[in-house]
Amino acid sequence: MEIPYTVEIRPDTGLNSGKIGIWLFLASEVMLFGALFATYILLRVGAVEWPHGAHYLNIPLATLNTVVLISSSVTMVMAWASLKRDDFGKFRMYMAATVGFGAVFLIVKYFEYSAKFHHGYFPKTNTFLAIYFTMTGLHMLHVMGGMAVNAYLWGPGAKLWRSDKEHFTNRVENSGLFWHFVDLVWIFLFPVLYLL
Amino acid sequence: MGPTDTTKAGAHHAPAHEHGSHEELSFWRKYVFSTDHKTIGIQYAVTGMLFLLFGFCLMMLMRWQLAFPGRALPLIGRLFGEERMPGGTMLPTFYNELGAMHGTIMVFMGVVPLAVGGFGNFVLPLQIGAPDMSFPRLNMASYWFFFLGGVTMLASFFVPGGAAQSGWTSYTPLADIAGTGQTIWILGMIFLITSSLLGAINFITTTIQLRAKGLTFFRMPFFVWAQFVTAFLLLLAFPPLEAAALLQLMDRVAGTSFFLPTGLVVSGQALQVSGGGNPLLWQHLFWFLAHPEVYVLILPAMGIVAEVIANNTRKPLFGYRSMVYSLIFLGFMSFIVWAHHMFMTGMGTTMAAFFQTTTMIISIPSVVILTSLIISLWGGSIRINTPMLFALAFLPMFGIGGLTGLPLGLNITDIPLHDTYYVIAHFHYVVAPGTIFALFAGIYYWFPKATGRRMSERLGRWHFWPSLLFMNGVFMPMFLTGMAGMSRRLADGGATYAFAKPVLHYNQWSSFSAWALALAQIPFIINFFWSIKHGEPAEANAWQATTLDWAAAPSPPGHGNFKELPVVTRGPYEYSVPGAARDFIPQNARAEG
Amino acid sequence: MSDTHAFDLKKHVRAYILVFVSLMVLTLVTVAVSRFHLPVHQAITVALLIATIKGSLVACYFMHLISEKKLILWVMALTVIFFAVLLWIPMATVADRIGH
Repeated sequence: MEIPYTVEIRPDTGLNSGKIGIWLFLASEVMLFGALFATYILLRVGAVEWPHGAHYLNIPLATLNTVVLISSSVTMVMAWASLKRDDFGKFRMYMAATVGFGAVFLIVKYFEYSAKFHHGYFPKTNTFLAIYFTMTGLHMLHVMGGMAVNAYLWGPGAKLWRSDKEHFTNRVENSGLFWHFVDLVWIFLFPVLYLL
Repeated sequence: MGPTDTTKAGAHHAPAHEHGSHEELSFWRKYVFSTDHKTIGIQYAVTGMLFLLFGFCLMMLMRWQLAFPGRALPLIGRLFGEERMPGGTMLPTFYNELGAMHGTIMVFMGVVPLAVGGFGNFVLPLQIGAPDMSFPRLNMASYWFFFLGGVTMLASFFVPGGAAQSGWTSYTPLADIAGTGQTIWILGMIFLITSSLLGAINFITTTIQLRAKGLTFFRMPFFVWAQFVTAFLLLLAFPPLEAAALLQLMDRVAGTSFFLPTGLVVSGQALQVSGGGNPLLWQHLFWFLAHPEVYVLILPAMGIVAEVIANNTRKPLFGYRSMVYSLIFLGFMSFIVWAHHMFMTGMGTTMAAFFQTTTMIISIPSVVILTSLIISLWGGSIRINTPMLFALAFLPMFGIGGLTGLPLGLNITDIPLHDTYYVIAHFHYVVAPGTIFALFAGIYYWFPKATGRRMSERLGRWHFWPSLLFMNGVFMPMFLTGMAGMSRRLADGGATYAFAKPVLHYNQWSSFSAWALALAQIPFIINFFWSIKHGEPAEANAWQATTLDWAAAPSPPGHGNFKELPVVTRGPYEYSVPGAARDFIPQNARAEG
Repeated sequence: MSDTHAFDLKKHVRAYILVFVSLMVLTLVTVAVSRFHLPVHQAITVALLIATIKGSLVACYFMHLISEKKLILWVMALTVIFFAVLLWIPMATVADRIGH
């Protein structure tokens, strides 16, 4: 039994179900990270003193990570655009680059975190570090999740291209939406945690 | 179908017609790991009902302690072991465990899974003329996350120190320093929240994308609208609680101080933490979810009652459009009233005024919906059957619950009432003789659709009348004890307070009523199981209803629900249309002319 | 898939490159500004303003919100409203508390 409008567009909404589904999921994610930003605000407003980001955190490394993530967003959207142009080869290249940039992000994060631990800075040290580790940690989990899906679409998931190009293109687009969202969260996390 | 085939003509699909077209599924794929919304709905419903029963049993234990504080419970008391009931007498820590888990289980594992997971899953696709949900596999995942969360919660009873015992609200800093059971509670909540989020995505997408041809939004049954708005509440309100749960987990496991203020002293010793946290942060994040959550508890119930009333008055719902607009307005407002649960936290007058105002405003759509349902009865050809009895009883019970909420929502009158039994009475009236009665109405009403058989009317009456009587017996006295000042969550029911003496005997009224209420459920349990195989066979449209679930699908519906996807030609409540051959016209009846 | 007109890759790619360059520039700007150590309120305003612009570029062009269907726009607008409520109101209750 086939469920209508999974791939093809429903005329009155102009959308397929997968796209609606991913946007709804992103709406819930906005609220999830929103709660953490609200936490940051309440903790900072209630703090006797609040450290400047530079005191504990490595701004150059984080700036690099910002550049890396933004670049990965570009390659992600190019991967989808390649599929729209029926260029599977380019898709593979761009998607690999996206996963690659994600890996770089994680490696930089590894160095960042281990440097903190080395200095004796842990989540329990103070509320600034607590919210820093929690927000960047949750974000990092999202990066990993996005990478896993992208890797699947680059690898075994790409089989679908042969049997249903449109369906596969939609999947890449939806995964891209999630990936852009992860980038978007970082765009706010970076200045808030590191620069203020 | 290639990437360029986006013609409008290609958009409308007929579902699988022949059953021979797909292979026969194994037992596991058909009944356990099913992707069929009807099977999943029944899974949710049965699991939810079992948890409701379990949560009820927890409360019955509590009621012994409240009726006879400090007295040993004969026979079964000792079964709970020395750490919980030494010599059969309940320890306060066990009372707290029962209280916290009663609330958690009833709300998150009982009512919502039954009302949304059960009724929503089973009925919604049928009522919109869809073959299934938009994402059947995601639907299956939702159920199993729920199951996992439920098992996790039950498992928490068996860890050292017992299950969570800081209230279903898990207020910090107490919950931060509580025993292991609280950590398991947090993990259980994360599973349950995930289940709800996935379900919400499915419900919203399905309602938007899979409505049958001709089924515009304002031709949807009120039940579908209620589930649709509820799904938005779940989608947008749950994530902050998930974040808060993560933060509390960090406090408990990673030593952070999100909710631990500086200088906190526990049992005479300063806590060795960084401090700098804010206990109220937890309350804000918790209630940001928990207030919309109470509308998640009531909206599906209103949806069910609307269907049953329209059907059994043989009349269109009065004020359908106003009711729908009220639903939408209510859903929106529910996000900006939450701190009326926090009036006593030292809030200034400006913010208190803000929240009291939004709270008063939100009562308006509730009143519109309740009044419309009541006026819907006027001039109707009322059929009395068990679903209708429960639906009718819902009206005054929800009325009492709603009206008694008003003094709680005004911050001055909340001062003497906050955290007393008055609050317990208020919210139980809306959920217990309110929502749960509506859920019973729904079970009796849709049982023939799911099984092809009716439940016994006689057993239904034996279930209904004592339940109505004893529900009021349990909760009505609590308004009195609450107004007399008796606090909630007291392990001895207030026995040590001199001011409580004149009202202490009401605790026994409530307890005896509760135990009698339990007995009143026995006819229902017998009826439910017996009728599956031995109930009177029902025809496809057992209630002569207009909505697609009854008018267009067999009882029970097969895989794919409809032989051909229905085409809708009219609104959802065309009962007693002048000049029509019968007293109802199905939504998919052929258009005139 | 989505558009009934043929997918104009050149137009899209041009937009992506422009956005990429803008994002890089704005990243450098936001880091540079932070070195001026502006007073807290100004620093927060500038940082959030730049972040909002960057975020909007990602949302509008990479996520194609600028040409997205009304349904999606309404859902996200609703979400943004509740997001703002969640960020604003708890802080307001703290600022307004008794004895403060």
